[in-house]
Amino acid sequence: MAPLSTIGRSVLTFLRAIGQFFIFVTRSIIHCVIPPFYPRIFVRQIIEIGYLSLPVVGLTAIFTGMVLALQSFTGFSRFNAEGAIANVVVLSVTRELAPVLAGLMVAGRIGAAMAAEIGTMRVTEQIDALTVMSTNPFKYLIAPRVLAGTIALPCLVLIADIIGVMGGYIVSVYKLGFNPANYLHKTWEFLQPIDVISGLVKASAFGFIISLMGCYHGYTSKGGARGVGKATTSAVVSASILILGINYIVTEIFFAGSK
Amino acid sequence: MIETNSKIVLQGVKKAFGLKSVLNGVNLKIGRGESLVVIGGSGTGKSVLLKNILGLLTPDEGSIEIDGSSVVDLAWKERETLLRKVGMLFQNAALFDSMSVWQNITFGLAAQKPIPENEALEIAILKLAAVGLNADVARLTPAELSGGMRKRVGLARAIAGNPEILFFDEPTTGLDPIMSDVINELIVSCVKELGATALSITHDMASAKKIADRIAMLHCGEIIWTGSADQIFNSSNKYVEQFVKGRAEGPIHTEVLLP
Ligand SMILES: Nc1ncnc2c1ncn2[C@@H]1O[C@H](COP(=O)(O)OP(=O)(O)OP(=O)(O)O)[C@@H](O)[C@H]1O
Ligand SMILES: [Mg+2]
Repeated sequence: MAPLSTIGRSVLTFLRAIGQFFIFVTRSIIHCVIPPFYPRIFVRQIIEIGYLSLPVVGLTAIFTGMVLALQSFTGFSRFNAEGAIANVVVLSVTRELAPVLAGLMVAGRIGAAMAAEIGTMRVTEQIDALTVMSTNPFKYLIAPRVLAGTIALPCLVLIADIIGVMGGYIVSVYKLGFNPANYLHKTWEFLQPIDVISGLVKASAFGFIISLMGCYHGYTSKGGARGVGKATTSAVVSASILILGINYIVTEIFFAGSK
Repeated sequence: MIETNSKIVLQGVKKAFGLKSVLNGVNLKIGRGESLVVIGGSGTGKSVLLKNILGLLTPDEGSIEIDGSSVVDLAWKERETLLRKVGMLFQNAALFDSMSVWQNITFGLAAQKPIPENEALEIAILKLAAVGLNADVARLTPAELSGGMRKRVGLARAIAGNPEILFFDEPTTGLDPIMSDVINELIVSCVKELGATALSITHDMASAKKIADRIAMLHCGEIIWTGSADQIFNSSNKYVEQFVKGRAEGPIHTEVLLP
């Protein structure tokens, strides 16, 4: 009987955790749409997530674009298909690399910071104090962060798209000797709105996931400094894995139909 | 008769964390405008008791009523209305470390209706003066304060909204004897002049004697004694006597292995 009850108990614990998580998600979303809102905190989070992540995301994008151009050149020159470089760069960047890499970088930067901040507030009873002062912590702490993440990340990714393509352009023109006008023309020629849009939809989903994971692990953390450390790690790891998984699912939804 | 005059009524409140039961059926009545002090050994569940009344923890069993209506598992709307009447000092102050002292003190007021910054600062300085801190402190952040100063800012925050019900978790620990007395006077004046109902927790018998209309002792998860402040020093209860006189020998086991 002992092994059975052990298994039973862990299954129950697991189910309870899943249930708690979904209640958390539902409450976060509900509080995003029901007033009162905290516009000041929202703006501060937009700056934190969007504006202050620009350097990191910009650097990631430019190097990615550059290395893409270089790699496709060495590959494609074997088939005399160098002309496709512009196409490869713009499609890979807008559809996949900008959203996923920006998502992962922001998960490290923002997810960790959110989990640490909210986790510290939890273990030092600041969240209890908020409640006692009749301020709903879901509205005050979580909703502005989740909303800001969902909105800021697509903006970041749009900028990353442009910088990534620019990186490819720099390498192709100044190192590989392509004609600038021709390269830009090719970039533009093959680009469909859906390529950019799918990337932005992904970014929005990633932004939601990053903030949600940061807030969830912070909010539910317990056990002092060590618990906060654990929450931070869990926030980054779970957000990163979910980003990669959701990336596949969204790609499937957008492009499964097209051959 | 007593029913209609009770502000807070607890009946058979039980709370356990996992297998460890902390509250074992607490019965307690606090009259309107009364100042009740709860004493009891470290780790007997005094802070847990307060958190149950505030709704930060949910009791496993039993009922808690404030002004005649149950406060267990309230929906947020009703809870918010209730909490507006409440001021709470946490044991470790629980100041918001992302805000300055004056923002901390006026947080609860600003949550109810927006107040202009200079007005809020004025209110904060007044409240700081009431707890024996000067105006310079208003612009500091909680990290720049000493432990005792933090406690007093927490106290200023608790009384800022002139609440009907006050909860103080060890208001005088960490303060020098003179400052303790200032705080005692302050609590007495809140109760006497503003007509507030106060529930305080303390280990400091001098403080208990000064602020209490009535004292209750918590031991083994139950209220084992209640009586007036004068009765406590010559009570026939062995537990109370040991606690008041601060002796290691007696019916309360200290779980310390003496060499
Ligand atoms: N969130 C929690 N999870 C698990 N156990 C808890 C939790 N909060 C309190 N406890 C346990 O409940 C017991 C009572 O804690 P509480 O903080 O109420 O003590 P206290 O009477 O306030 O003591 P002190 O005078 O030292 O502040 C302790 O043994 C503690 O281990
Ligand atoms: Mg305590």
